[in-house]
Amino acid sequence: MLLIECPYCGERPEPEFTYGGQAHLARPRDPAATSDEEWTAFLYRRANTRGVHAERWRHVHGCGRFFNALRDTTSDQFLATYRIGEPPPGAPR
Amino acid sequence: MQPFSGLALLKRGFTGQRGWTPQWRSPQPKPGYDALIIGGGGHGLGTAYYLASEHRLGSVAVLEKGWIGGGNTGRNTTIIRSNYLFAESAALYDHALKLWEGLSQALNYNLMFSQRGVMLLAHSVHDVQVSKRHVHANRAAGVDNEWLTPEEAQAFCPPLNLQGLRYPVLGAALQRHGGTARHDAVAWGYARAADALGVDIVENCEVTGILRDTGGAVAGVETTRGPIRARRVGVAAAGHTSVIMKMAGIELPLESYPLQALVSEPVKPVFPCVVMSNTIHAYISQSDKGELVIGAGTDAYTSYTQRGALHIPSHALEAICELFPIFRRMRMLRNWGGIVDLTPDRSPIIARTPVPGLYVNCGWGTGGFKATPGSAHVFAWTIARDEPHPINVPFTLERFREGLLIDEAAAAAVAH
Ligand SMILES: [Zn+2]
Repeated sequence: MLLIECPYCGERPEPEFTYGGQAHLARPRDPAATSDEEWTAFLYRRANTRGVHAERWRHVHGCGRFFNALRDTTSDQFLATYRIGEPPPGAPR
Repeated sequence: MQPFSGLALLKRGFTGQRGWTPQWRSPQPKPGYDALIIGGGGHGLGTAYYLASEHRLGSVAVLEKGWIGGGNTGRNTTIIRSNYLFAESAALYDHALKLWEGLSQALNYNLMFSQRGVMLLAHSVHDVQVSKRHVHANRAAGVDNEWLTPEEAQAFCPPLNLQGLRYPVLGAALQRHGGTARHDAVAWGYARAADALGVDIVENCEVTGILRDTGGAVAGVETTRGPIRARRVGVAAAGHTSVIMKMAGIELPLESYPLQALVSEPVKPVFPCVVMSNTIHAYISQSDKGELVIGAGTDAYTSYTQRGALHIPSHALEAICELFPIFRRMRMLRNWGGIVDLTPDRSPIIARTPVPGLYVNCGWGTGGFKATPGSAHVFAWTIARDEPHPINVPFTLERFREGLLIDEAAAAAVAH
């Protein structure tokens, strides 16, 4: 079981959270002008990274808020959690 | 290849069963092949076997980064069934089931294939309606599936408890032709038969790059044991497919999750069939060795660790103990995880890719073992002819763009 640090509540056990998949996927701003290819990428294609993965979590049995995390998928170790809207720690601003 | 038979076993018995030789070679990789298969699980080894046996491809090699059958082939709960909802899926899984029935003979290898029946429990009105819809759809498609009352379900599986359940058993869908097979034997049987046809099985050989020619087509692979040339490369790497395909610049609609299973201490034969419950999420059967083989659900998050959290199998065990109180005092011996590649519609992709000469067989998610021979058979066809077999025509990569999903995810409402 993972110990996950909610940026709002602190460390809590994994069953308090739900997983939200790959982070930083922006829904196309103009749906009508978006090609099938772009929709396919947004809806279905995923990086599925082996290594450091940016992903969404939701503290559903706590504050209820979404946040993002960097986790190494080869060890399941969390490197950082950060609030929605913030860039991943270590990313160029 | 030394053929296996009762007579051969008897003859060896007089000399203490000595003198058996390795069942396949451990060759050095050659500089080039007609076709390469990446991934030495059941699907990859089977593909190589059918390329050599049915399509007579001159030279074929299987590249495996670890040892053959060490991935999901050796980590699943060995359940075989074909009662999927949609016609496309039922055709694919039933193709596999028909091949399973003759496979021990075809490979001259005892796969311990046992058609003991697979029973899926229904615990709610919704379950009953969905299961009956499956039964009717399957029967219309000529696939074996029937509806049982709770009493009939208990008669078929006497350890099943019907009293005082939080989620009562309201009935069950039974596929009598479903069952189990020995998972390791599937890898070994295909490996031995493929090797006898000249296929090189290269273990401890990790692919680190996909080589392309000036036109963009596949020219071979880069590996930890040097470059290997080939004009045709088939990827059957299960949970690691995304990693391999990224080497060719292709991002797939896949996510890799840990799926856990566990076995108990071995006991005498007590459990006659396979029982599954999607609603309270548990799978159980008894191996010929006597262990209860129990499948849990996927963990919440993507991972490549081949392990998961303990609360996931605990949850499965709670369901098992409620359904089968006779197992409450059994001790669990081993627990492990496999990395399964899930597609958004929970149906596989068996297809050509945008890169000429590169083919992919992935997305089997939590249910790939049952499909092994069918998957391998149609994938070999796809590679050999550069076009899909009629059965895998719908299982393209493009279906996600075209909206032609084969939505077994919605049909089962659960990973299956
Ligand atoms: Zn919180």
